[in-house]
Amino acid sequence: MKCQFCEKPATFHITELTDPGGPQVMHFCEEHAKGFLHKEASPPMTAIASALAKQLGQVGDDLEELDQKECPVCGISFFEFRNSGRLGCPYDYTHFESDLRPLLINVHDSTEHIGKRPTRSAGTADSLAKMIGLRREMEEAIEREDYERASEIRDELKAMEDPIAPKSTESDTTS
Amino acid sequence: MKRDADFDKLARYTGQWMRGEGPESDIVISTRIRLARNLADFPFIRRCSDEDRLSIERTVRARMESLTDNNWSAAQYVDLEPLSEIDRQLLVERQLISREIAEADGSRAVAFDAAEGYSVMVNEEDHLRIQVMKSGLDIKNTWEQVNRIDDMLEEVILYAFHPRYGYLTACPTNVGTGLRVSVMLHLPALVITEQMDRVFRSMQRINVTVRGLYGEGSQYTGDFYQVSNQITLGHTEADLLALVGEEVAPRIIEYERKARESLLKNNRDDLHDEVSRAMGILNTARKISSEETMHHLSKIRLGISMGLIDQLDVKVINQLFLQSQSAHLQKLQGRILGRAERHARRASFLQHHLAGKGDTTWN
Ligand SMILES: [Zn+2]
Ligand SMILES: [Zn+2]
Repeated sequence: MKCQFCEKPATFHITELTDPGGPQVMHFCEEHAKGFLHKEASPPMTAIASALAKQLGQVGDDLEELDQKECPVCGISFFEFRNSGRLGCPYDYTHFESDLRPLLINVHDSTEHIGKRPTRSAGTADSLAKMIGLRREMEEAIEREDYERASEIRDELKAMEDPIAPKSTESDTTS
Repeated sequence: MKRDADFDKLARYTGQWMRGEGPESDIVISTRIRLARNLADFPFIRRCSDEDRLSIERTVRARMESLTDNNWSAAQYVDLEPLSEIDRQLLVERQLISREIAEADGSRAVAFDAAEGYSVMVNEEDHLRIQVMKSGLDIKNTWEQVNRIDDMLEEVILYAFHPRYGYLTACPTNVGTGLRVSVMLHLPALVITEQMDRVFRSMQRINVTVRGLYGEGSQYTGDFYQVSNQITLGHTEADLLALVGEEVAPRIIEYERKARESLLKNNRDDLHDEVSRAMGILNTARKISSEETMHHLSKIRLGISMGLIDQLDVKVINQLFLQSQSAHLQKLQGRILGRAERHARRASFLQHHLAGKGDTTWN
């Protein structure tokens, strides 16, 4: 038997027990087994995949439309998220909110954070998104050597950001 | 922060969390808690350009350097991108970084303290993965430390946070608290008495993941299991910590204790025989794989905990678990070794240390 991640023979067999999926056996070579064990046990991709499948069964004909939906900030499509299980930016939680909520219920049985909160608020999701957009714009400005515009954007970002951040980082973040 | 990590020196030491001390340390190897955090003004890693990753790494490093906390200024900051494969592997074996970040491309880094009690990965699946590890079952102190580091970083880094969904993460399975608490357990008696299935069944429906490692067929059975929370949203950190640390782990520990008692009462000779054979193989083999090593070390660890072996300290066994791994062996030898060479080197390394000739070094 071969390792699930490479061509080497599988000498380690890891049983993952997740509720409600039941035991799942995975086969790895020595190196990948160690990598897998050291990686903290997060719910496997199958958890997202099955939650999505359940949810998409209800979506039906609209799936194609949903798949094409794109985040205006980072450009990720729902299709890409569905395939990778990873989102593209914080704004996705706002842009895909109604599509993600059933998934959150399937995975966490909840859609409401009740734990720790940062003492400083980053403002609304819109302002977070604007910062990412500005950052892209700044990088583009640097690319076309429009340093005046880049520095304007940098000031704008600074103003939106936390006042506590050390001033010494300014040159570092854009150089 | 120091930026001159000495990997040759690192390989000779064992992190504090491997001392085999702390509550329930005859059964619990370690407690680990990690928090996933992202910067508010960058896309998640998947949609980051190379420049974005570089900016994140530089921003985080500069902000960390601005911290005046004494513990923090003594931390090592290691840029992973220019590091050799063997040095990255060494950090994986020490559990300071994940295999994913070791094998990834682009700007990425890790900061950790000299005792290796905490590490902060930069540009893993999330921009920041803050983790604290302690020996034994020590949820309270582990949480206090990771929470303190999080508070400290939050003073200089603006986190992506949503009032309704909490700390925003690249994968929706981590959103909310971004917290994963993992307890690593050594459960040889439950394995020998074939009770693990029962344990697994009893864990169903309580939002925990139990992950076990075992070897090929019946030849090698590994005895290490990791218990962690499965969900991160809709519960407070305190609830998630209590679920794993007060509800699930103590129950499994109790099962293991009972199984050990019954083995001592009913099968003492068989057990003693098995432990002695494990010792015999490690003391005489001329070449040995790391799977086989782990299998025998596990039995010896059980033998020490149950008083069947008295001339060895569990610290030494923990050290051997770490240093008999490939990157450590090669680092200690001072050169790259082929597979056959590694097996031979591992065998002589084990004999040397089991005979008490090795120096057990702690930082
Ligand atoms: Zn492999
Ligand atoms: Zn996005």
